[in-house]
Amino acid sequence: MKVSRRTQVYWIVGAILIIAYAIIPVLWIVSLSFKEGDDITNKSFLPTTWSWENYRTVFASDLFTTALRNSVGMALIATTISVILATLAAYAISRLDFPGKRLVLGVALAITVFPVIAIATPLFNLWRTIGLYDTWLGLIIPYLSYSLPLAVYVLAAFFREIPWEMEQAAQVDGATSWQAFRRVIVPLATPGVFTAAILTFFAVWNDFVFGITLTSSEAARPVPAALAFFQGASQFSQPTAPIAAAAVVVTIPVVILVLLFQRKIVAGLTNGAVKG
Amino acid sequence: MSTTTSAAPPRTSSETRSQRRVRLTDRARHERNLGWLLAGPAFIAMVAVTGYPILNAIWLSMFDYRLTDPEGRNFVGLGNYFTILTDGLFWQQFGVTSLITVVTVAAELVLGFGLAMVMHRALYLRTALRTAILVPYGIITVVSAYAWAYAFSNTYGFVNGLFGLGEFDWFGGTWSALVTVCVAEIWKTTPFMSLLLLAGLAQIPDDYLEAAKVDGATAWQRVKRVILPNMKAAIMVALLFRTLDAFRIFDSVFIMTAGAQGTETLSFLAYRQTISRVMVGLGSAVSVILAILVVLIAVMFVKVFKTDLSQQRGERK
Repeated sequence: MKVSRRTQVYWIVGAILIIAYAIIPVLWIVSLSFKEGDDITNKSFLPTTWSWENYRTVFASDLFTTALRNSVGMALIATTISVILATLAAYAISRLDFPGKRLVLGVALAITVFPVIAIATPLFNLWRTIGLYDTWLGLIIPYLSYSLPLAVYVLAAFFREIPWEMEQAAQVDGATSWQAFRRVIVPLATPGVFTAAILTFFAVWNDFVFGITLTSSEAARPVPAALAFFQGASQFSQPTAPIAAAAVVVTIPVVILVLLFQRKIVAGLTNGAVKG
Repeated sequence: MSTTTSAAPPRTSSETRSQRRVRLTDRARHERNLGWLLAGPAFIAMVAVTGYPILNAIWLSMFDYRLTDPEGRNFVGLGNYFTILTDGLFWQQFGVTSLITVVTVAAELVLGFGLAMVMHRALYLRTALRTAILVPYGIITVVSAYAWAYAFSNTYGFVNGLFGLGEFDWFGGTWSALVTVCVAEIWKTTPFMSLLLLAGLAQIPDDYLEAAKVDGATAWQRVKRVILPNMKAAIMVALLFRTLDAFRIFDSVFIMTAGAQGTETLSFLAYRQTISRVMVGLGSAVSVILAILVVLIAVMFVKVFKTDLSQQRGERK
């Protein structure tokens, strides 16, 4: 469509406004994390002097470093397993004819709409009985079941767009279904798998409900849950600026992934939702 | 939806089917087995962790059961549901949850549509735009909640200064506290909405718009008559996902108000009953009610969606 220069200027202004909308709250928490002393309550957007003090505080605190280790470890493990299982399932769903295919998709959809808290509270009871309460495994398992549906949908959408003639060609040449899958499809599907991995990581990294309901100590508590339990020097003062610093630290991986893979993430989100 | 019956089909159905269709080729049988072999692990991982807790919650919801007093556990049937549904507090929380859902989803739809239009049309800054918009999407909800809570705070924040509100305490009253929660939610989730809408927008052929323009349609008419009707499916999907998600709101409320000033939502109620008060029976009943409500919303959407889609198909073909 032809667009006049004036119209294009409007779009650019719109784009700048949107970028500001998206970035300002992030800049605010960054700015807050660099405030120190009286600056914390100066009620202005920027600090008068920039200080690393809060970062030193949070990294000196076991509470935060353990939580960070828990978050990173559990997110990576859950993402890896989830994406492997989802890749296999999505391949079967988009390529093979088997009874129960709709059941798998239906269950996946049911889980995405089911309230997390409605699962978390019964899991709390169950985990206490069988000893998974407050362990890594106790969190990784629900992370898996909650991230699988998204991964399956995103991957199934990707797999539907792969040129499958190549798979058939391989089978004509004597490859089994499994060989065709491994040798031909996996390389073609890698970008999709990668996208699914990023979206899964976001979902798991974001978890708060399981984090606070299924843990009681530093043993497995992830960062978002730990943030809510941060205590200041006195019980009544929340350590605002250190919380901001910790919040910035856990936002860094998100920003890096977004900067590197924005195109893939957008494609994954829109494909998975519309075509899935 | 139990694991045993759903895992069984490969065997039982292959038996009955092979009787019906005598010539089930080796290849077809192989494909069927491979299908379950590949999809099975994901299926089990999804069902095992959700199926059992759901059934367990339904079971526990029929007991008067406090974790600290296991001896005193006794069967009360639907008593817990009666207790909850006759409690004014529950209905207040239902109201708060519904209000937050309606306000945020409506705002997100309007804002998200604007964002999608700009992303679709802007020739410059596309990458910057896409990158910026993904930051709220990817950021941890708890972090977003803290950022907004501190921004609105009358001790730390800049919002009051910006709008000349002096010492106004946003978290001191129900309405203003709800405003802050809604703002945080809208900021965080509008990008997701806009990306879904963008996908729908991208599917409208440019010719349609060009034709409308040639016929002298104004910008607003083009939006109303051409763009919106043609992206109905995308709008419905986006609304469905966001409504279900908004109705489960928990993180932002927990961080920003901790349910104070009458801002408690249903998810928060379920959490507080089970985890803080260890009233497992009551808490489970709240969870079940919440789940039923979510399913009802989903069914409603799908009903509207289906009639809508079939109408659309009827028009087109």
